[in-house]
Amino acid sequence: MVIETAGALWEWSPALATGFWQNILISLLAIAIGSLLGLLIGALAVSPLWITRLPARIWVQVFRNAPWLVLIYFTTYVFPFELHIGGHWVAFPDWVKVTIGLALPASANVAEIFRGAIGSIPGTQWEASRSLAFTRGQIFRSIILPQCFKRMLPPWMNLYAVITMGTALASLVGVHDLIDTAQIASNTVNRTGFTVMIYFSVLALFFVYCYPISRLTQHLERRYAFS
Amino acid sequence: MPSLETRTEQPLVSLRDVHLSFGNNPVLNGIDLLVQRGQAVSIIGPSGSGKSTILRCITGLLQPQRGTIRVGDTQVHTLNAEAQRIELRKRVGFVFQQYNLFPHLSVLENLVIAPRKVLGRSSKDAEQEARALLAKVRMEHKADAYPGQLSGGQQQRVAIARALAMRPELILFDEVTSALDPETVGEVLAVIRELTEEGMTCVLVTHEMRFAEDISDVVYFTENGLIVEHGSAEQIFQRPTSERTQVFLRHALGDAGRRPVVSGDPYLLSNIGRYSLSV
Repeated sequence: MVIETAGALWEWSPALATGFWQNILISLLAIAIGSLLGLLIGALAVSPLWITRLPARIWVQVFRNAPWLVLIYFTTYVFPFELHIGGHWVAFPDWVKVTIGLALPASANVAEIFRGAIGSIPGTQWEASRSLAFTRGQIFRSIILPQCFKRMLPPWMNLYAVITMGTALASLVGVHDLIDTAQIASNTVNRTGFTVMIYFSVLALFFVYCYPISRLTQHLERRYAFS
Repeated sequence: MPSLETRTEQPLVSLRDVHLSFGNNPVLNGIDLLVQRGQAVSIIGPSGSGKSTILRCITGLLQPQRGTIRVGDTQVHTLNAEAQRIELRKRVGFVFQQYNLFPHLSVLENLVIAPRKVLGRSSKDAEQEARALLAKVRMEHKADAYPGQLSGGQQQRVAIARALAMRPELILFDEVTSALDPETVGEVLAVIRELTEEGMTCVLVTHEMRFAEDISDVVYFTENGLIVEHGSAEQIFQRPTSERTQVFLRHALGDAGRRPVVSGDPYLLSNIGRYSLSV
């Protein structure tokens, strides 16, 4: 009985691994797009001009306060399933739509992390840099941003771990990810012991992936706490 | 009072009737101040009397609402573009109470970054000069350390070297020992003393009265955003004319410093409240 269950799990493990790779791919792309977009929006949010600050504020407020599942449904059903680009119809797969759905709240969070980091650099650093005859651009590039990135790293990694866990929502819109694979396996094998085992495996996979990130984040937070 | 204006040489820094207020809060109410090239000038006075604000006006970090400020040939009060203020700041060093070193850069990088990026010096030249300056402030052994690893006195000496690395004509010191432990104050003051002896033009805002008396050519006493009196160090500390200056110095120097010898019964401890007795 136990051996049969373990055997079935072994049989299904390549499929589970493929499914999990889909989750990781979505999470990596989502954090990448979200970070680039978030830094851009964060830069707008700290601009001295209100006309650039306002759209950034709206973006951040809208996407930080919307449930992720709603955003995923939103991107899945608002975007067409294929795109007409240069005379060709290009498929717009669901997993890309989910990636965008996760990248939106990620960008809003990265923008806030960035804005917070800039704000956390004491004004005296600006004053000292100005007294050394740096221009505003030089102060940003050489003094403020390098200090910001160090401070942003722990919350950014924390955000990545949360996004990775959020990729589990992808199965709800039909993406063939780890959860979806587990459901198929569970229905196919149709044995209670196996169902319990496979969801334990899913849990373990997410944990093994996210826990080291969380530990590393804590380690970095402690290291940067005093400087 | 010796009139400073009678000197033939034009003063390096001159402030005339400078007024500045933050909102409805007046800070400077007509400051007149002259600094000759090579002089050490101290500004003393109670907290909140606008001393630090004067320094920030000289280097264009703050803009006064009224009055004229001249540094060399630059009319500081007329500068309205940041680019012009940057030209001014290349010539004026500033050392802060809280050191304000760049925590993400090593000691050497703190000294090299501005000469390289602002003055466009080669990194080899800038580094060579930085090492020489670190040796001057006796910090050459910490070139690769980060500011967070240094004591307050060490950080402040690095901050002075960082200001010197720009080869300024003038350095402004803003209460540079106020945040330090008593033991480390001396090492910072020794560095400033050397600079003044070498003829660097220095303007100091300080609460170190003995030090100010010792190294200053001219001392200004400010209160409520006004210069109450100014003169040579000897004159201000030994023979202040204003009653306000007398009261301030009596408190600042501590009663023991300037109290006349008690006449009459030498065994009568009239000010026993000021001593703590341990039996």
